[in-house]
Amino acid sequence: MALLKTEGLGIQFGGLKAVDEFNFEIDKNQLYGLIGPNGAGKTTVFNLLTGVYQPTSGQIIFDGKSLLKKSPTQITQMGIARTFQNIRLFKEMSVIDNVKVGLHYSQNYSLFSAICKLPQYFRGEEAIDEMARSLLRVFDLEQFAESKAKNLPYGKQRKLEIARALATSPKLLLLDEPAAGMNPTETAELMETIKIVREKFSIAILLIEHDMKLVMGICEKIAVLNFGTVLAFGTPEEIRNNPDVVTAYLGTEE
Amino acid sequence: MGFITQIMNGLSTGGMYALVAIGYTMVYGIAKMINFAHGEFIMVGAYIAYVFTTMLKMPIFVSVIASIIGCALLGVITEKVAYKPLRGSGSLSVLITAIGVSYLLQNLFLILFGSAARTFPTYMKSGTLNIFGIRITYISLLSLCLTLVCTGILLFFINKTRLGKAMRAVSEDRGAAELMGINVNNTISLTFAIGSGLGAIAGIIYGMSYSLINPYLGAMLGIKAFIAAVLGGIGNIQGAMVGGLIIGVAEAFTIAYISSTFSDAVVFGILIFILLVKPAGLFGKNVREKV
Repeated sequence: MALLKTEGLGIQFGGLKAVDEFNFEIDKNQLYGLIGPNGAGKTTVFNLLTGVYQPTSGQIIFDGKSLLKKSPTQITQMGIARTFQNIRLFKEMSVIDNVKVGLHYSQNYSLFSAICKLPQYFRGEEAIDEMARSLLRVFDLEQFAESKAKNLPYGKQRKLEIARALATSPKLLLLDEPAAGMNPTETAELMETIKIVREKFSIAILLIEHDMKLVMGICEKIAVLNFGTVLAFGTPEEIRNNPDVVTAYLGTEE
Repeated sequence: MGFITQIMNGLSTGGMYALVAIGYTMVYGIAKMINFAHGEFIMVGAYIAYVFTTMLKMPIFVSVIASIIGCALLGVITEKVAYKPLRGSGSLSVLITAIGVSYLLQNLFLILFGSAARTFPTYMKSGTLNIFGIRITYISLLSLCLTLVCTGILLFFINKTRLGKAMRAVSEDRGAAELMGINVNNTISLTFAIGSGLGAIAGIIYGMSYSLINPYLGAMLGIKAFIAAVLGGIGNIQGAMVGGLIIGVAEAFTIAYISSTFSDAVVFGILIFILLVKPAGLFGKNVREKV
């Protein structure tokens, strides 16, 4: 059974259909790429899947449950995490605290226990600290644990955002242009990181990316979006040879 | 020695301002709004303590707890009823609503208790402590200690606990915090509860220091505490505490060495001065737009 399934998903802003009839399926542990020209509606799809926007039509089924009318908070707790196109870390907080924010909601302790049962609280806090550090280790960020997030170099901020998203223990991770603004070396490093993440955490990843080398290099399946509708599905090989896709990206030969 | 005594006087009124200023600053930091009804929450806190002790003959401890819980609930309910529906609309509409809530509470208490001042019960024997010739009233000492202890606990809570982290996260980026699984509504409610609870303590200190309470007591106190919050850098808790103490001391000095009629003028003068010289406040950061 598919982990996430959308049926006729659409959203309309005034007269503009930003996303229309978006039908899509992603399986457990699959690495899916979502590509398309600028303004095709890729980020809007992410915003629909995470509850930031409510769809005007269609249905989203995640793990057997509908995501309609669910808040972003609830959807995160159900197991979808994301990163942002423009990095949105908690800049003034330390690197490790950024990850802890994500972890906290998988740990069960209330304000009451924080006040009344201090030993239990400290045990919980220690466990969280350990989990946060091991997550940072995966991304080679442990030595920066105490510095403020805003002081990290750009590529590392991107990595930290992925680490923070993983801290919510998702089943599906949505990455919105993780390679944006990276140099070729950083992009290559990121490709490796994404592969590692998928194997280590055995989660499904849906990836928006403009860097074709990255998408073609690591995704098993790709969906091409154009003007809010799906233009083509397929393996990287099929997409590369699809004439519609070539037209959408390069225009027609007259 | 008179000089040091004046500093101590100032620090004790300042402690009260600081407790109120922390409430302003926390709500601003997390809900991004200035709750101009906060001063009235303090008045309500003082009246709840009065009702429990004088009218219901409850022990002091019960009255204080009732006052804190009552104010915290008032804060949470006000946010849910009056401010939450306006979330996302302009800051001006929230501001006007806050002023509306403030008048509503003031007039409600005017109807309930009348405009005549009520005598606040004595929770503590009045008297002064003499340390090396410096005379400090017990109440001043209590006020200062309470402020330091409350600020300390609050800073620990915000920096070290899970809910504190959630508050900082919401304060920085509400949307991203939501997508990290944080319940933003609960976090904002908690902020209002803590801020208003501290307000209740300030209300009780006010009652103990001046021994008379009336439905208008929150208005001036609220504005002065707001100035303290701006002085310290709004959104910054340590700043609010320091700002409160500075305002208190400035006021005490003006009363002692110039004239009591000038004390308000000096406080507002400080506001104008800080807005001209360092608009972000003492502890605030200047946010520079990157081009």
